[in-house]
Amino acid sequence: MTFLRVVLFSVAVLLVFTGFANVLPQIQSDPPKEEIIDTGSLDMAGMISLGESLFKGKGTCTLCHNGMGRAPDLLEMNLAETFPERLKDPRYKGVAAGKEGPKAIEEYIHESMVDPSAYVVAGFGKKGTNDTESPMPTINKPPVELNEIEINAVIAFLQDRAGIEPTVPLPSAEDVVVPDESSSEGPDVATTAEDAIDKFGCAACHDLFGSEADTGPPLAGIGKRMSRGDLMDAILYPNDTIAEGYEADIMPQDFAEQMSASELTLIVDYLLNLPE
Amino acid sequence: MKKQTLHVSLGLLAVLLLVLIPQYGFAAGDEVAAVLEGAPKPSRLDYPMIWGISGRTVVWSMAQMHLFLAAFVLSVPLFSLATEFMGTVTGDDRFDNMAHEFMKISMAAYSLTALVGGGLTLSLFLFYPQMMGYMLKVFRGQVLVYAALFGFESITLYIYYYSWDALRRGNRKWFHMSIGLTLNTIGLTLMFIANAWATFMMSPAGVDPATGAVTGTIWEVTRNPLWNPLNLHRFLANIAYGGAIVGGYAAYMFLAEKDPVKKAHYDWMGYTSNFIAILGFLPLPFAGYWLMAEIYAYSQQMGITAMGGILAWLFIIQAVLIGTIMMAANYYLWSGLMRTDRGAHYARYVKYIAVVIVGGFLVWVTPHTLLLTSQEIQQLGGTHHKLLGPLGIMPAKNTAVNLMLVFTFMSFQMFYRSSRIPTVSWAKAGNMFIVALYVIGCINIVGAGLYGYITPTVYKVGASVPQVVTTLTIIIGSVIIDVFRLRGSKPETVHWGRMSERSQYALFVLPVAFTWLMGLMGYIRSSLRTHWHVYTIMKDNSAEAYIPTIGQAGNTITAITLGFMAIMVFVFWLSRLGATRQDETEAPS
Ligand code: HEC
Ligand code: HEC
Repeated sequence: MTFLRVVLFSVAVLLVFTGFANVLPQIQSDPPKEEIIDTGSLDMAGMISLGESLFKGKGTCTLCHNGMGRAPDLLEMNLAETFPERLKDPRYKGVAAGKEGPKAIEEYIHESMVDPSAYVVAGFGKKGTNDTESPMPTINKPPVELNEIEINAVIAFLQDRAGIEPTVPLPSAEDVVVPDESSSEGPDVATTAEDAIDKFGCAACHDLFGSEADTGPPLAGIGKRMSRGDLMDAILYPNDTIAEGYEADIMPQDFAEQMSASELTLIVDYLLNLPE
Repeated sequence: MKKQTLHVSLGLLAVLLLVLIPQYGFAAGDEVAAVLEGAPKPSRLDYPMIWGISGRTVVWSMAQMHLFLAAFVLSVPLFSLATEFMGTVTGDDRFDNMAHEFMKISMAAYSLTALVGGGLTLSLFLFYPQMMGYMLKVFRGQVLVYAALFGFESITLYIYYYSWDALRRGNRKWFHMSIGLTLNTIGLTLMFIANAWATFMMSPAGVDPATGAVTGTIWEVTRNPLWNPLNLHRFLANIAYGGAIVGGYAAYMFLAEKDPVKKAHYDWMGYTSNFIAILGFLPLPFAGYWLMAEIYAYSQQMGITAMGGILAWLFIIQAVLIGTIMMAANYYLWSGLMRTDRGAHYARYVKYIAVVIVGGFLVWVTPHTLLLTSQEIQQLGGTHHKLLGPLGIMPAKNTAVNLMLVFTFMSFQMFYRSSRIPTVSWAKAGNMFIVALYVIGCINIVGAGLYGYITPTVYKVGASVPQVVTTLTIIIGSVIIDVFRLRGSKPETVHWGRMSERSQYALFVLPVAFTWLMGLMGYIRSSLRTHWHVYTIMKDNSAEAYIPTIGQAGNTITAITLGFMAIMVFVFWLSRLGATRQDETEAPS
């Protein structure tokens, strides 16, 4: 009897803990997807969009660059002023020292990412190093490992935020990045536009494949109304601009995290070519 | 006297040899290093699929179960030896008997630990052959050293246990204790080696960062940045864990026994185990700070992933569990005041302590669980969340936990004081001094917490250091004063066994919560590597490289804990079986 009571009591305690674990928000964290960027068709607006999603996703930049004071809040601060100031700082001895203009800013951002300790923003250095060592990871090395095109996309995004025309080169078809063989793609990355649209359930709200859904605006002939970049924006950040006659917050906000770049390109290509 | 010294120095020599052996192992393996190529890059297809079984879940369960058992069997000899020593010094046989009983109940667990360890190795090689191949290359001969030590550990353990009665008195006792010391040294060395494997996977050292080729000696690989913090953390946690489990055993025996003499014995055993558990537990948060600080220093990104990323929610569960443990331990201590006639005098303070403990617990938990909107969960998606800020910084939580520690200690202090009447002339003044120590200390802790809130600095860890120092000062300071104050004091009878049944259930909460908490921490520690087998060196390309949700993890941990509880029931049953003798009259005719 005692035995039974003790066991029941212990199991009950366990179940309380388990229940608690189950009522907290449930988030599964997937490894970043290795993507084939359809670089041939990426224009500058697309680069900027890609840069933004890398900044907030795979690049893990927002882990530190946010409002909590761990690193300069790149999404909030006035970059148009900050970057030129950095170049003029006498402490700055990096590749763009003594230069100015958009190209110099590109070099500065690039250097910030691939050699973070080259210049450390005052007050943000590793403890005890007197701002000579940056806690920021080297972005083209593990664990983040952005490739050159992705780094350029992030630079384009930051330059755009600083109010300058991005100066990074657009990737050409030869640059197509093939992920190293070792990391085969997950089985669940869609490879055709139809599959991708199916996967993200676009047709449930938009009139696609004859679904006649009208929760979201019709997308037929959207290529005439929107540029490639705007379209990407409309998918990744639906609340940035709201289609007339529709409401915000209905279209899912998290496609930027859910979609691989290849899926995004497939969908965008498909939509751009939809007849009216 | 001479003989005794000889025995002790022989024991020490054995210990020294054992400490040195790994060094030989380290040296021998080094030539191999030169010919090593980099870390393998397995593709998804290189991970064997076996009947659709989730390899990760198997390895996870095996590793966690092995860890539970190992923590238990490593810690019991530790406090068994300490108890044995107490018995020898005080000449009180009760200690010696209890130390022997501690060992008895852990013996059966020992072979199970080895068995599950074998299962773990097997499943690792089955499901992660490439990763294990790389680990073997990196750690070379050390694995053999580990195996050899394991052999020694078993031999020493059996000798220690079975020679107990033969080497019980006089000089022989000292010889017996040096066997115990050897046993513990080997045991700790084993744990430190295994820790090196785990921490190498988190913060690799001694390998080329670009390719993973082994460049350093075994010693450099072993001494990676997180090794020592983890060693300390696990050492303390093991003590707390072992104490909690033995306490559960004693509580069960207390409830099951009818004989008042035995009841008294198990009450005393439960009290002592609970004391051991708390002793290991009190410094644990500080070891935790150190581990976290080293993680930040090694990689800020990893630190933030832990404290500000999706794993942040896990620390809320951790808070709930630690709060549960503290409340259970305190409840047990308060119930213990019944055992002395002067206990009632102290019982009136209980309600104030309860307020602080429960209040601290609430501060710890509430603000963060209020944030659960679906919108936020979506935003939380990949990285961190703004509103989780207070969590990453947590001056309020630090204040709460320090106050809880101080007051838990106070509960304990009340009990041992209730059993003694001081006779020294300055007893009153000493008491005032202790009270002052508590009051000033608490003001200091709260003040530092407030300061932590208002300072604009990012790493408010700074404010937590004076808090920790204060907590330790209060504890150590009042123990020292009390030692002198109670010198030559009149002992009051402690009626062991005069304890409510309900209080014993607190002793079951402890092991259950500890076990589950350890499982949770294991999940966090492993998740910090995200999608890497060896962080930044070797990627995990298996289909199960993702971090499971808290719910999934919680369910898995519960399943493992249930399994462990079943094993423990079996182990305890075995140890009792050994002591049962069938009477002739019971034989079937
Ligand atoms: C582990 C935290 C961390 C992560 C992750 C991180 N950074 Fe940083 N970053 C910092 C810190 C701290 C600084 C300030 C010190 C310095 O200048 O290096 C900084 C500085 C910078 C600067 C210079 C800012 C200025 O004011 O001049 C840029 C640009 C930058 N980071 C871009 C990025 C990008 C892009 C990413 C993602 C691909 C990223 N960072 C990821 C911590 C981080
Ligand atoms: C839950 C319903 C829902 C789903 C699912 C959904 N959308 Fe939308 N979508 C909307 C609504 C409502 C709007 C209009 C409000 C706005 O602009 O945000 C919209 C707007 C758009 C627009 C802008 C149209 C314009 O004329 O400005 C595009 C493009 C778009 N969606 C594409 C997609 C794609 C591609 C998918 C699948 C990946 C998708 N949507 C999935 C509801 C949805």
